[in-house]
Amino acid sequence: MAELKYDKDGRLLFTKEMKEEYTILMPQMLPVHFGMFRQLLILEGYKVDMLTTNHRGIVDEGLKYVHNDTCYPALLVIGQLIDAIKHGGYDPHRVALFITQTGGGCRASNYIHLLRKALEKAGLEFVPVISVNLSGLEKNPGFSLTLPLVRKLIYGMMYGDLLVNAANQVRPYELSPGDTDRTLDKWQEALIHEFQAGRGMSRKQMRANFDAILADFQAIPVSREEKVKVGVVGEIYVKFSPLGNNNLEDFLLSEGAEPVVPGLTDFMIFKIFNREVDVNIYGGLWIKKKFCQIFKGYIEACQRDMIEALQKTRFRAPGTFEDMHQLVQGYLGDGNKMGEGWLLTGEMLALIHEGVPNIVCTQPFGCLPNHIVGKGMIRKLKDDYPYSNIVAIDYDPGATKINQENRIKLMLANAKALAKQRQAEKEPAGAGV
Amino acid sequence: MILRVGIDIGSTTVKVVVLDENNKLLFRSYERHYSKARERACETLRSIEDMLRGKDVRLVVTGSAGLGVAKAAGLDFVQEVYATAAAVNAYIPDTDAVIELGGEDAKIIFFGGALEERMNGSCAGGTGAFIDQMATLMNVTVGELDELSLKHEKIYPIASRCGVFAKSDIQPILNQGGRKEDVAASIFQAVVDQTVAGLTQGRELKGRIVFLGGPLHFLMGLRERFVDTLQLDADHAVFPEDGDCFAAMGAALCASDYAPRPFDELLRLLEESRTAVSVVDTMPPLFQSQADYDAFTARHNASTPPQLDIGAYQGDAYLGIDAGSTTTKIVLIAPDGGLLYTYYHSNLGNPVAIVLEQLREIYRLCGERVKIRGSAVTGYGEDLIKNAFSCDLGLVETVAHYRAAAHFNPDVDFIIDIGGQDMKCFKIRNGAVDSIMLNEACSSGCGSFIETFAKALGYDIAQFAKLGLFTQKPVNLGSRCTVFMNSSVKQAQKDGASVEDISAGLSISIVKNAIYKVIRAASADDLGRHIVVQGGTFHNDAVLRAFEQELGREVTRPAIAGIMGAFGAALAARDLGLERSSLLDEGALASFTHSAKPVTCNLCTNHCSLTVNSFDGGRRFISGNRCSRPLGEKKAQLPNLMTYKYRSLRRYCGKGQGDGSRGRIGIPFGLNMYENLPFWFGFFTALNFEVVLSPESSRKLYIKGQRTIPSDTVCYPAKLLHGHVEALAEAGVDAIWYPCMSYNNDEGIGDNHYNCPVVAYYPELLAANVPSLKTTRFLTPYVGLWRRKDFEKRAVKLMEEEFSIPCRETRNAVHNAYSEYQSYLWDVRTMGEQYIEYAREHGLPIVVVCGRPYHIDPEINHGIDELLTSFGFVVLTEDALSAREGYAPRKVLNQWTFQSRMYNAARYVCTQPDMQVVQLVSFGCGTDAITTDEMRSILEDGGKLYTQLKIDDISNLGAVKIRVRSLMAAMEERARR
Repeated sequence: MAELKYDKDGRLLFTKEMKEEYTILMPQMLPVHFGMFRQLLILEGYKVDMLTTNHRGIVDEGLKYVHNDTCYPALLVIGQLIDAIKHGGYDPHRVALFITQTGGGCRASNYIHLLRKALEKAGLEFVPVISVNLSGLEKNPGFSLTLPLVRKLIYGMMYGDLLVNAANQVRPYELSPGDTDRTLDKWQEALIHEFQAGRGMSRKQMRANFDAILADFQAIPVSREEKVKVGVVGEIYVKFSPLGNNNLEDFLLSEGAEPVVPGLTDFMIFKIFNREVDVNIYGGLWIKKKFCQIFKGYIEACQRDMIEALQKTRFRAPGTFEDMHQLVQGYLGDGNKMGEGWLLTGEMLALIHEGVPNIVCTQPFGCLPNHIVGKGMIRKLKDDYPYSNIVAIDYDPGATKINQENRIKLMLANAKALAKQRQAEKEPAGAGV
Repeated sequence: MILRVGIDIGSTTVKVVVLDENNKLLFRSYERHYSKARERACETLRSIEDMLRGKDVRLVVTGSAGLGVAKAAGLDFVQEVYATAAAVNAYIPDTDAVIELGGEDAKIIFFGGALEERMNGSCAGGTGAFIDQMATLMNVTVGELDELSLKHEKIYPIASRCGVFAKSDIQPILNQGGRKEDVAASIFQAVVDQTVAGLTQGRELKGRIVFLGGPLHFLMGLRERFVDTLQLDADHAVFPEDGDCFAAMGAALCASDYAPRPFDELLRLLEESRTAVSVVDTMPPLFQSQADYDAFTARHNASTPPQLDIGAYQGDAYLGIDAGSTTTKIVLIAPDGGLLYTYYHSNLGNPVAIVLEQLREIYRLCGERVKIRGSAVTGYGEDLIKNAFSCDLGLVETVAHYRAAAHFNPDVDFIIDIGGQDMKCFKIRNGAVDSIMLNEACSSGCGSFIETFAKALGYDIAQFAKLGLFTQKPVNLGSRCTVFMNSSVKQAQKDGASVEDISAGLSISIVKNAIYKVIRAASADDLGRHIVVQGGTFHNDAVLRAFEQELGREVTRPAIAGIMGAFGAALAARDLGLERSSLLDEGALASFTHSAKPVTCNLCTNHCSLTVNSFDGGRRFISGNRCSRPLGEKKAQLPNLMTYKYRSLRRYCGKGQGDGSRGRIGIPFGLNMYENLPFWFGFFTALNFEVVLSPESSRKLYIKGQRTIPSDTVCYPAKLLHGHVEALAEAGVDAIWYPCMSYNNDEGIGDNHYNCPVVAYYPELLAANVPSLKTTRFLTPYVGLWRRKDFEKRAVKLMEEEFSIPCRETRNAVHNAYSEYQSYLWDVRTMGEQYIEYAREHGLPIVVVCGRPYHIDPEINHGIDELLTSFGFVVLTEDALSAREGYAPRKVLNQWTFQSRMYNAARYVCTQPDMQVVQLVSFGCGTDAITTDEMRSILEDGGKLYTQLKIDDISNLGAVKIRVRSLMAAMEERARR
């Protein structure tokens, strides 16, 4: 049994022995992406389980161990992890936890500390917590994000974004229910097999896979019916996680809408770009900036591969990161980087320009950056784009589904009315007389 | 002809209309459904069966609770705001905007340009249910509330964000003798402010406005407040005859798009769906059987003090009064604690009259046999009652409760008291009150909350509480504030939960609120081994049982749980050991008179709303004041670093050493400018700009910018900025300077040195939302000050681009800026040292107020600093002390500069026996969700008391006083040992 070792500040380390003996639990944010990340980590020799639990007990554990005014994602993620240790059938002495750490100025950088406090409160202080970050915070002997692993994870993310993007555009229209998800499952498995065989991890192989994936999705029989497209943006966790947003995508589907959810890639590029901007505004080492530019350039190239693959099909293709960066000029400065920063407003603008003016802006109740970049920008968007139709929805342990759904329904009703009004304006008054 | 039927099922009412082909109204009804929405709708439809039987009709359902009903029954549904817009389009075509208030929703629709429809967010009361709640609180019907409001003379500021806040504002006004008429009108004004502020979000309300929904239909006083506030004339304020049913009419209009179906089939669908049971989130029952319940009651009834017969008793007696927020409790005891007389009653908004009547009764019962030798009063109305009846002693509630609890259980180590409005919990360590937790404004799910719910569902509270005892499936309603709870209940109702399930669920959620939100406990051991529960709410067996279940531990509930405060006060009166009580005697009571008059104090810019209570014989009591000036006393002059800093900062304006030739540059006096102003003043005056500061914050300034606030849950200090920049734009400055700053100065005491996201980026929010900034030059560049050389480069570039200022001049200005800032920091620290010396010379205790720099704004702290000095404290701020400690690792990521200062100040305080910390927390401050726990642990580990004061746009100094006085009592107790 692995010995508990601490660093000089008394932080419990994840040791090499633990890598052999322990199962690492990771929260789930994007089902497809994180599923692939898990497989990639398993290939590196870690034992990893992704938590897919979704029940009231998670919130209750969260409320018990986390300050109740802390943001909802912290409450959920920590609640989910503790619930899993307590009731998930694991040996508490043989589990470790993964949690991401961004290091930005928002409360989210504190998740790891809140998690440790919660573990202590729950009498589980012997469970090691592994910080997953790109800032070099908190090192552990038994885990490291090596450059090759980072590269693989980036490929995982690219595949995830493409799969989700294509699936979202087919699922609302599929003629035989379940076709889309079957294709999705098939490709997830196929990709894992490729990864195991060491394939699919170069841009060339990725491009080929992209075409094959899209061809499969295109082959699914669909109806030609017109559906209202609804963009989903917001704080990263509640935007993506069904646990965080009360299954928002399923709800939109059940209301006869097509959810349009911008992917994870832009967020990653954004986080790297922030470092470059910091050097521009506040000064710093040119080498740091150069490194960021190279890293960012690589992901941007992958993003272009994805866009080009989509452009060859009947599917809508997203714009590039730089396109979005241009759109947001005049709204927010490059320095606005905490949480989702200007990216959130950028995503709303990009959606409006792509012909998706109906948007759900999700945020945890009291989310600090979203006061500015979410709710704070809706007025200006409405002024600049009168037909934009954005509803801000707060998520919180006490917020009820009915309240949220009613507001989304209003947005959907508005969408129809606005489309009508717009149509009427296009045909000059009296044209029919 | 196919008739169209619209059914609007709201949170509290069901509206049914029938329209003919010309959109003429053939039938309409508006009825409360008491949580039986489906049944109510069916009954109404049955009542018009004659009109519809055997016909095909088009029927559409709408409304917040209608969604579930429609889904279950397979009926067509339209969203209610959409329906309303359709109705307004059809019946009042030239409308510019619609305001609709419903039971729990508020909606606004803008026509003209692109249609804009909006509903209140999830944290926004100010609706029908809120008005109901307030009426209950004032013990009048909603109709009476309306009549009262029409006779108002003045309007008090009342928090409009949500019902819970408003309650804590109203209570002190009522308790201190404010006129009901004025309070009633103020409640309506709060609703208006909430609607205007929360829903318009920057779009102007003008032109012809239609007012809809039940409350606006029935309440003339509410209409009056809207018309007054929006300055509308009769042509522009439209109150349609059927304004309460417009959503239903809209649904009927929308029905044209749906297929007709036989009425009988529709009715059958609706009736049959009644039995459909959907999944509800439930919890284990409170009691399995009657036997369980009997054992439970027997155990708790064991702690009963002896009952004495006042009619036969001879000897000394002591009087205790607890003038609580909603109830008045009176106890007369014999020297051994035996009960001679007890009284517990709602104070009906006028505690003085109740106490007067009771005292007369007590004197009658006592006759010549019983002599009252001491009297003490505690609770919200303490000052008022003490002055009115010349009681011997006033004591803070926490101390009174501890006294009483210790009488029953000398080993008590944890006390929780849930009353009508407050929840108080405190730990007892070494025989003294050690750590006090009060419910903050947001979690006030206390006793009156269940009571209001009970009434809304048509029960009295005792009846309602009993309902839940034996249900097998209490609903899980979560643990949040009232507004959230309302919608949880709505959801449970929709899902088919019975009143019994809801009753039990509410009791459990109150308990969860107390344990997880107020006490923040993870297990029973966090509380203590000997827990005494008290307060009227624990008389409710369901609440008590839920509490024991949640903790997994048996607790003591004295049989007199509801009057423990009064009992403790009586014990304190006894321990005074007086020969004679100064309490008004029977003769004096005969000529007792009391009148209350509202006045506004004009002695300073706070303009406190005072209530002047006059009693017979010229006794007077003034309440609502924050300082002693209106009492005719000289203002306390103890050293106060908050005022000192504030005054110093206000002086950073004008031309300084320069000549002002480059023009006037405006700086908004808010948020981080409370720290950076000296820097920018040094910078711009050296560049020959004249620095123009925005005016001092005030409620008026807040209202000025209120309509442009896009997020109603952001903190009050940020909200104030809207007024500040508008004022600067009006002042006609050449440019406003308000840079974005992700990073703060690096003082080397944290892991990083960020600003919080709101402080960092608020300038950009203002630029996007405040219309007047489109015509004023508003400069919000990103800058960082902690790397001086890099800042210099950036400043040179910015000044060159914006004002064509030569490089050399800017360099010089940067130099001046840093030195100006340094001397400000130095000055604050030096003054801090002097104040500490002063305190030590005079033997005065020191309070270090830890918050953000902007918490020194009197409009933000509501005069808490002056309150502290009036209690005899010398007041210091965190930045005066933070440099006295270096970096130390924390259990949280210590990444914000201002917050790091608090940790350091707290660490320093732990080393000083004569210092205490009071932490100020702005409501909605996300970073403080992290700092408060950390501050508490630093202080408690260092053997200090932790006191937190939550502040928002409205002051509630009552709660602040309880905390400060409890702190003082605990300090005294510690000193005594």
